[in-house]
Amino acid sequence: VENVRLLDRLSSRKAALGTLYLTATHVIFVENGSETRKETWVLHSQISSIEKQATTATGCPLLIRCKNFQVIQLVIPQERDCHDVYISLIRLARPVKYEELYCFSFNPKLDKEEREQGWKLVDLNEEYNRMGIPNNYWQISDVNRDYGVCDSYPTEVYVPKSATAHIIVGSSKFRSRRRFPALSYYCKDNNASICRSSQPLSGFSARCLEDEQMLQAIRKANPGSDFIYVVDTRPKLNAMANRAAGKGYENEDNYSNIKFQFIGIENIHVMRNSLQKMLEVCELKSPSMSDFLWGLENSGWLKHIKAIMDAGIFIAKAVAEEGVSVLVHCSDGWDRTAQVCSVASLLLDPYYRTMKGFMVLIEKDWVSFGHKFNHRYGNLDGDPKEISPVIDQFIECVWQLMEQFPCAFEFNERFLIHIQHHIYSCQFGNFLCNSPKERQELKIQERTYSLWAHLWKNRADYLNPLYRSDHSQTQGTLHPQMAPCNFLYKFWSGMYNRFEKGLHPRQSVTDYLMAVKEETQQLEEELEVLGERLANLQKSQLNDNKVKSKPQDRSKQLGLSTSNNSLANTPQEYSNDLKSFPSRSPSQGDEEDSALILTQDNLKSSDPDLSANSDQESGVEDLSCRSPSGGGCLPSEDSGKDSDEAVFLAV
Amino acid sequence: MLRSSQPLTGPNRKRCREDEMLLGTVLDEGERGFIIDTRSAQAAKQARMTGGGTEPKSSYPRWRRLHRPLERGRPLQESFIKLVEACNDTSINMDRWLSRLESCRWLSHVKAALSTACLAAQCMDREEASVLVHGAEGTDTTLLVTALAQVILDPSCRTLVGFQGLLEREWIEAGHPFHLRCARSAYSHARLKQEAPLFLLFLDCVWQLSRQFPFSLEFGEHLLLTLFDNAYASDYGTFLCNNEKERCLCKVKETTHSLWAWLNQPGEKKKYLNPLYSHNALVIWPSVEPQSIQLWQGLFFRWIRSSQYLDEAWAEIERLVEGN
Repeated sequence: VENVRLLDRLSSRKAALGTLYLTATHVIFVENGSETRKETWVLHSQISSIEKQATTATGCPLLIRCKNFQVIQLVIPQERDCHDVYISLIRLARPVKYEELYCFSFNPKLDKEEREQGWKLVDLNEEYNRMGIPNNYWQISDVNRDYGVCDSYPTEVYVPKSATAHIIVGSSKFRSRRRFPALSYYCKDNNASICRSSQPLSGFSARCLEDEQMLQAIRKANPGSDFIYVVDTRPKLNAMANRAAGKGYENEDNYSNIKFQFIGIENIHVMRNSLQKMLEVCELKSPSMSDFLWGLENSGWLKHIKAIMDAGIFIAKAVAEEGVSVLVHCSDGWDRTAQVCSVASLLLDPYYRTMKGFMVLIEKDWVSFGHKFNHRYGNLDGDPKEISPVIDQFIECVWQLMEQFPCAFEFNERFLIHIQHHIYSCQFGNFLCNSPKERQELKIQERTYSLWAHLWKNRADYLNPLYRSDHSQTQGTLHPQMAPCNFLYKFWSGMYNRFEKGLHPRQSVTDYLMAVKEETQQLEEELEVLGERLANLQKSQLNDNKVKSKPQDRSKQLGLSTSNNSLANTPQEYSNDLKSFPSRSPSQGDEEDSALILTQDNLKSSDPDLSANSDQESGVEDLSCRSPSGGGCLPSEDSGKDSDEAVFLAV
Repeated sequence: MLRSSQPLTGPNRKRCREDEMLLGTVLDEGERGFIIDTRSAQAAKQARMTGGGTEPKSSYPRWRRLHRPLERGRPLQESFIKLVEACNDTSINMDRWLSRLESCRWLSHVKAALSTACLAAQCMDREEASVLVHGAEGTDTTLLVTALAQVILDPSCRTLVGFQGLLEREWIEAGHPFHLRCARSAYSHARLKQEAPLFLLFLDCVWQLSRQFPFSLEFGEHLLLTLFDNAYASDYGTFLCNNEKERCLCKVKETTHSLWAWLNQPGEKKKYLNPLYSHNALVIWPSVEPQSIQLWQGLFFRWIRSSQYLDEAWAEIERLVEGN
């Protein structure tokens, strides 16, 4: 569709005119314009909702909201075209079959072996070995080898040595969805462990010998403690209500040597609504400080984040400080349980704070333990009541921790944002379907590519320059401050306002420091080489000793200067009285904008894929040279060319 | 950019030829200027009853008046006190924290101050017009706006030395009554009539700028905290008294030492420098969206929570930059 306008959400005055394309996998907006044909690519998988708004004199507005929080406002001149686009997008954004998803057509031009290698990058058996398992207390069990015991669990699970197949099977019959207690994390220093399951089918009075034996087995696997904690991450009221449905929670009278604890994290419906409310706050036009803070509090979002974090902290403390094992569950043991186990693991073990370790963590607690990616993130069209930002909350917990402990993580914010992006993008096969069983049936590894390999290949973009493996912050357990610490939870505008460039610092400190680090390394290497050469020269020529060149001014070479061009930005509208100023001529703003040249040297594009597919700078690509199965992997939100007017409406 | 106090128009709409001529000479032929009045239109009008007022359009035809009310005086001090109380209150749950923060209004004041300063800067930089800033007395919100606008506009005000010069000019010499304004601070029950944290508000706004433009200020948070401390209680005479006249009478220059002299010693100085600093010749336009304005944890939680991890991060940054 031609003559479509793409509006800037903050500045209604600024709109780009261009052509809208719909392909099998993407929506693409290409700006008209002589030199720069800026493109905006959106994967259908990312589309969360489409809103057709009332036709105005200028055309028919269409609002596309994405799961990665990008909001695209289009104005289509003809009502009929708008309607067609709307209907098409509705269909395209709600695929019915997996084969419709982008991962099955995405072609990064790797051969079969490279694809395979990519999938092998993260190996869970290796991970459990790293933990020290199998050992005297824990063993690997293949009781679920054909998914016969639990269809949402992996084929290989780790259980206490004294848990026989009989006990496992018996326990699974007493657990919701058959999700019996299995190992998530083992601390070899003190034998304490984190196990996870779903709720017991205890009702008001039912018992199950094998399930009780299972918990005993977990306790016995830790000789250092004579009891285990059983942590139910639900609010007490919800758990009690479940009893009426024949489920519930562990009765301390029936299970010997357990200490039971409710933690009170709300369910997926509450979280879905919470996010919705928070996004509504983000969409307010020129909110006051008051509107924003009230809106944010009203959404309850940060409160929920803190609840998840507090649960993780409780479990980490139990393991690290008390040396007591913990069994965690919620209702079905695939949402809150996953969140809380992974937060706890992250706090406990510095390995999970490395890039590789983090991928392993997600693979372990989310992918292998059957988190329902399809239902939660809407790969396919499904029940809207199943949709919930569960993994988003976990990812935010990690970000909150990164803000509190800037030196403790090997990866940076961009890593988290890209992972979140790809969970929804369905460009890679890792997060498809609802369980390992479904993924196996679909032969995901043979037909799609692994995100981990892709991220690993580009890991230079994802490093945290402040990370040092020998730093005190990276050693051992992280101890987030408990109270008072409400203020420590910040609104993550890097994620929820990701595409609003006016809100973010023009230049990334992370990128700058990475460039500094790289350059220092290069210089040190050069220094070594030169030192050796000098030594050799001195040896061979004792008489003539012409001292050569003076060291050059290196900083100029690398163009590390952060001044001038890269920092130009434009003011938002500080005045609500638009009549104060005559409408600004475009040339005024453009002078500085055009000076904003993003050079690849010192400011890496956050979107390496675009440069992989095209020789041109990210964000500026000739549509004709893009292969149909290629395509931008990520919206170029960090591209300098996109510097635009963030419109500041008045106080 | 000019600053003054309010014109004494009074209820009878007095005129003053000299004042009109003075403002007239500022503008070139055909040029127009903006007057940014830091009181609401209502408050400015009411000021006439007590002898003050605004510049009437008819007498100052080439000046366009804009009202941008900024909080000052008692209400600002209350805002400060409430915020400090909220920060110290360990009993607040997460589900009440933000509304409590909001009820203090402090962040709204930061947003308003930054917006107004940006407006003044925009008048000059984008509209290429002269600006006159005044409130009532010209000693509080006026200085907040003019000083902040200069940090935004002028790279030389962002250097360590330049910033000190700015403080000398726009706060100290300009007659901000430090002695009255920075008296007992937020814990005191005294509730003095003349006390108000304008200077702190200014420092908070500068901190917001440093966060949004991490490479553009030559100094870091440590300097801002030191200035905050010294405004209230100091070994040095720099912030003493309320104006130059009093400082002369008290013989401050003869009997005390200057804070700047101490800060600028090579040994001291490096504590205040920003390792990421790189001269930025351009104007820095901050975002005043609520998401962009954060609570200054380094100040308000200074004694409540450990800054260890953040300090370690800064040490690491310094190490990286120096190693290069």
